[in-house]
Amino acid sequence: MDWVNAIVQGILLGGLYALFAAGLSLMFGVMRFVNIAHGDFIVVGAYGALIVVAASGVHPLLAMFVVVPGMALFGYIGQRVLLNRTLGDDILPPLLVTFGFSIIIQNVLLELFSADSQKLQAGWLETASFPINQSISIGVMPLLIFASALIVIGGLQAFFYKTSLGRVLRATSDDQDTVRLMGADNAKIFGYATAIASAVVGIAGVYLAMRTNFDPSVGPARLLFAFEAVIIGGLGNLWGTLAGGIILGVAQAIGAQIDPGFQILAGHLAFLVLLVLKPQGLFPKMKG
Amino acid sequence: MAEPVLQTRGLTAHYGDFQALFGIDFKIHEGETVAIIGSNGAGKTTFMRSITGMLNTTGQDISFLGRPVGGKAAHDLVKQGLAMVPEGRKLFPSLSVEENLLIGAYGRSGSEWTLDTIYDLFPILAERRHHGGTELSGGQQQMVAIGRALMSNPKLLICDEISLGLAPIVIKDIYEAVPKIKAHGATIIVVEQDVNQAMAVADRVYCFQEGHVSLTGKPDELTREQISAAYFGLDDGETA
Repeated sequence: MDWVNAIVQGILLGGLYALFAAGLSLMFGVMRFVNIAHGDFIVVGAYGALIVVAASGVHPLLAMFVVVPGMALFGYIGQRVLLNRTLGDDILPPLLVTFGFSIIIQNVLLELFSADSQKLQAGWLETASFPINQSISIGVMPLLIFASALIVIGGLQAFFYKTSLGRVLRATSDDQDTVRLMGADNAKIFGYATAIASAVVGIAGVYLAMRTNFDPSVGPARLLFAFEAVIIGGLGNLWGTLAGGIILGVAQAIGAQIDPGFQILAGHLAFLVLLVLKPQGLFPKMKG
Repeated sequence: MAEPVLQTRGLTAHYGDFQALFGIDFKIHEGETVAIIGSNGAGKTTFMRSITGMLNTTGQDISFLGRPVGGKAAHDLVKQGLAMVPEGRKLFPSLSVEENLLIGAYGRSGSEWTLDTIYDLFPILAERRHHGGTELSGGQQQMVAIGRALMSNPKLLICDEISLGLAPIVIKDIYEAVPKIKAHGATIIVVEQDVNQAMAVADRVYCFQEGHVSLTGKPDELTREQISAAYFGLDDGETA
């Protein structure tokens, strides 16, 4: 029964990883843009929530109403002012610039908040759970995070397939040049894509802050989990990203069940095995 | 005569050190269909990319509907009423036929063309509306590309090599749509390697050769010899 419990907890953890990964998947899908600072942006979201909670005393969940639009605005401006200048035929400039961003963000956070570990107190949410039977119980917070991942990814899918801007974003993903002939301004479209991705990063950041301890240096590990989830699921496929997150979460939970020290390595090993067996990911983006 | 819909004076274009266009003077008036012919590498596509804003034209003397548009970006020109059917069709593979058409309306102004009028023009597309854009035959894909450009309600429609790679029977079907498009009030530039097709549909012809306009005139006033000489760059007396 412990194994079943581990798998259930792993699936729920996968929701958080999917939230980490969705923004990365979206930015890569639309702009072919790999954001090395993605994990650090998640940590910025977490510290954003910390500031809002410290300043207003509201529940961390309510901090999302400030953090999510704040991150979206930060993403839009950052893309328009800085990142658009790095985009072109060469993939190296955005990699280098966001790598630099990653270092800068970590150091600024270190200056502002020190290296002390932080965590947002979510009150009863942290301990509340539904017992399924004697050995399995589902925590309310992991369930809430998983449900949020479903809503975010379902919402993004609906946005991409049901709205005019979503259609343009998909077309931009296909052919950045030709979409200009449709009257779409690439610079703005990229700004919107990063704003949406950053809003999701904001949600992920708040949940990160509620679920675990964090400090300025935890970003790169979140980036790694996000990368693994995106690549397992297949580049540019959001439901695939959710599946990738779940596989990673389950692998980690099973690893932890074998030996607590084996948790993270088990996730990486699962990723490596899938990379060998399915280099395109489980659900590569379908064409046509 | 009324002001031209589009006019260029001394238009030049470069790819790095390589000069592709050498002082192109071009104009097209409202309701006209003008064909641009020329062999591979004559500069036709570079000219198209320049006037549609796909190449940087800062400082160039280009006017569209009486306004200077040198240096304007492609998306701005679409909003002002200029649409292009690009060479190779360039449909969006992730989008269905209908979505490919709808995306053409993203930067639109006015309401001349709708999904219904496009489906009237190319009825086969209504049947295939839910198919992936790139699942269709080459001719049907070309219809989608033309429909997509029309959805922006263009005042000037530019068709780049729309017969390229298509069977003659399919080309005939596509070109039969041109008079219907004109009836909706669009002015049209067709860029063609197929001289006969271009001469049949155009009111005036420009022949490009090595980045220059080598010949211009009305199809019925030009002789085969003149066109051959201008097209292939032959001196008088040589045969093509």
